[in-house]
Amino acid sequence: MEAFTQHQGLVVPLDRANVDTDAIIPKQFLKSIKRSGFGPNLFDEWRYMDHGEPGMDNSKRPVNPDFILNFPRYEGASVLLARENFGCGSSREHAPWALEDYGFKAVIAPSYADIFFNNCFKNGILPIVLDNKTMDVLFEEAESTEGYQLAIDLDKQTVTRPNGEVISFEVEPDRKHSLYNGLDDIGITLQQEQSITDYEEARKQRAPWLFS
Amino acid sequence: MAKTLYDKLWDDHLVAENPDGSALIYIDRQLLHEVTSPQAFEGLKIAGRKPRRIEANLATPDHNVPTTNNEREQGISGIADPISLIQVKTLDENCDEFGVTQFNIDDIRQGIVHVVGPEQGYTLPGLTMVCGDSHTATHGAFGAMAFGVGTSEVEHVLATQCLRQKKMKNMLVKVDGKLGYGVTAKDVVLAVIGEIGTAGGNGHAIEFAGTAIEELSMEGRMTICNMAIEAGARVGLVAVDDKTIEYVKGRPFAPQKEHWDMAVKAWNDLHTDEGAHFDTIVELKAEDIAPQVTWGTSPEMVKPVTGSIPNPLSEDNPVKKEGIERALEYMDLKADSAISSIPVDKVFIGSCTNSRIEDMREAAEVAKGRKVAASVKQAMVVPGSGLVKEQAEAEGLDKIFVEAGFEWREPGCSMCLAMNADRLEPGEHCASTSNRNFEGRQGQGGRTHLVSPAMAAAAAVYGHFTDVRDIEISSLRGGA
Repeated sequence: MEAFTQHQGLVVPLDRANVDTDAIIPKQFLKSIKRSGFGPNLFDEWRYMDHGEPGMDNSKRPVNPDFILNFPRYEGASVLLARENFGCGSSREHAPWALEDYGFKAVIAPSYADIFFNNCFKNGILPIVLDNKTMDVLFEEAESTEGYQLAIDLDKQTVTRPNGEVISFEVEPDRKHSLYNGLDDIGITLQQEQSITDYEEARKQRAPWLFS
Repeated sequence: MAKTLYDKLWDDHLVAENPDGSALIYIDRQLLHEVTSPQAFEGLKIAGRKPRRIEANLATPDHNVPTTNNEREQGISGIADPISLIQVKTLDENCDEFGVTQFNIDDIRQGIVHVVGPEQGYTLPGLTMVCGDSHTATHGAFGAMAFGVGTSEVEHVLATQCLRQKKMKNMLVKVDGKLGYGVTAKDVVLAVIGEIGTAGGNGHAIEFAGTAIEELSMEGRMTICNMAIEAGARVGLVAVDDKTIEYVKGRPFAPQKEHWDMAVKAWNDLHTDEGAHFDTIVELKAEDIAPQVTWGTSPEMVKPVTGSIPNPLSEDNPVKKEGIERALEYMDLKADSAISSIPVDKVFIGSCTNSRIEDMREAAEVAKGRKVAASVKQAMVVPGSGLVKEQAEAEGLDKIFVEAGFEWREPGCSMCLAMNADRLEPGEHCASTSNRNFEGRQGQGGRTHLVSPAMAAAAAVYGHFTDVRDIEISSLRGGA
């Protein structure tokens, strides 16, 4: 996994609550057995005018000019602003895979669905939680200012607005550590292998039916 | 100290507590399916890692499998879509290579993972259980801590039998009283979601309790826990009681002989202690719950069948107001019109929420001696597993459905998420017993209305949503 330390990038505001994982990456693209290549189908049903299927040449499909990701001014955006409960619905990790493949490094929203939030950290995407009042300011600025960028520093846990104002955010220490260093979670867990073996031995005594 | 059921399950699976506040939790069992497992197996291979306890995994293909009898008679070669075929084949190959027990497409035990697990006794009280599928909360009906994970965590569990987790908060949803005639578990959980919202349970494990929940069958409890995720909660739970133990007894993977007695003794403690602390408590009266119908594009957009579609003008919160306006536009519905006036183009009875034998019986009771309305283009019944199908056929339910004009299909996820050929066309309204009414969920441009099996069957017969309580059905009594 790619580490996330600092990032400054163009911001795109997606002003909708309860954006679900079916919207982020529709089910027909879940048939892939790979982890990559989902970016062109991110928000597929909102982004294109036709029905998308795997294997299509997406560069030849009619795009929806009214969908915000298609506005020329947001081309190359790497920070996504969203509203409440972003990523609700299914557990598909294809959702963060699609965001990452598109080029997003961070999402900023007032709240996320739990599984999606967790999945982001496994894929080098930083999901930042900011309160609704701050979100309103960021949405207003991103919509009114062409080329609006935010600077994110994971170590300092800050988002810096173009005017220099610094906004702090919270992140759990273990998630921060893994993301900041781009660590392999399985490798970390395997460092505790002795504890796992000890637990397993005890569990075998308590619940032998699970081991027979 | 008095503990909640969730506290007990958490404490019982704690491998290590880390200084940074995270914990390592032991995962007893994992369910695998074709969509979220290929990248996990690939990850293991790339890293040169071996599964820690391969016997702690059970696999079956469900999302991509076709459901017509013709296709299924051809086994795996009946999968017409080449990309779906690769995914199902990849599951076969991975299960063979790693030695995972699999119920493949030709096996009568094949079905939707969340139907198969309980049916086989693979799901047991007191377990921790995961699956790369958000509806894993279903298994919480057995007093098990079960939750959906992403593919990275599927791989993590294969490699380590553990997950790094943060303990969630405790929420109690208490439903006391007696459910009325024609009001089912599905209506209860939709009413709960309508009450607390789709984010209401975020960060929480929800325990469902109260006399109305105790009265429910195991199938009903599974329906309720299944949709905990639609209220934002990864974990849904119901305490273990005699019904739980009776259900598990004698199933293929259930403990046998002296292990059975030992297990039952341990399981009898799987309930919340008197006086245990809940961070949030929500109470509903069973008598207040009517059959429910979702009208919008989020499960929280739900009304009693006797109600009407909300008007955005009466919503003060601008984000919510816009959400209602967007949903009405997508669903092509008019504010303030009656729910019962919504016409239905297709009907889907199935999914991990409502495809168990009891759901089949409930729908058949309504379909019996009636006909699917001429205006309904398609009505399909998709049993949750080969064994559910077999049981239903033994009871003659398939004949009732077919005579009424329903299609009787082979088991799979089918039109719940439309990964296979079963889907809505743009603009079609569907009465569906599934769990999500998101935009495009059942097919691009499709319009989903979530309902109980009885309500779906009634919508099929009348061509629009109809209060099942107004229909003469002898056996549909409270809590059915």
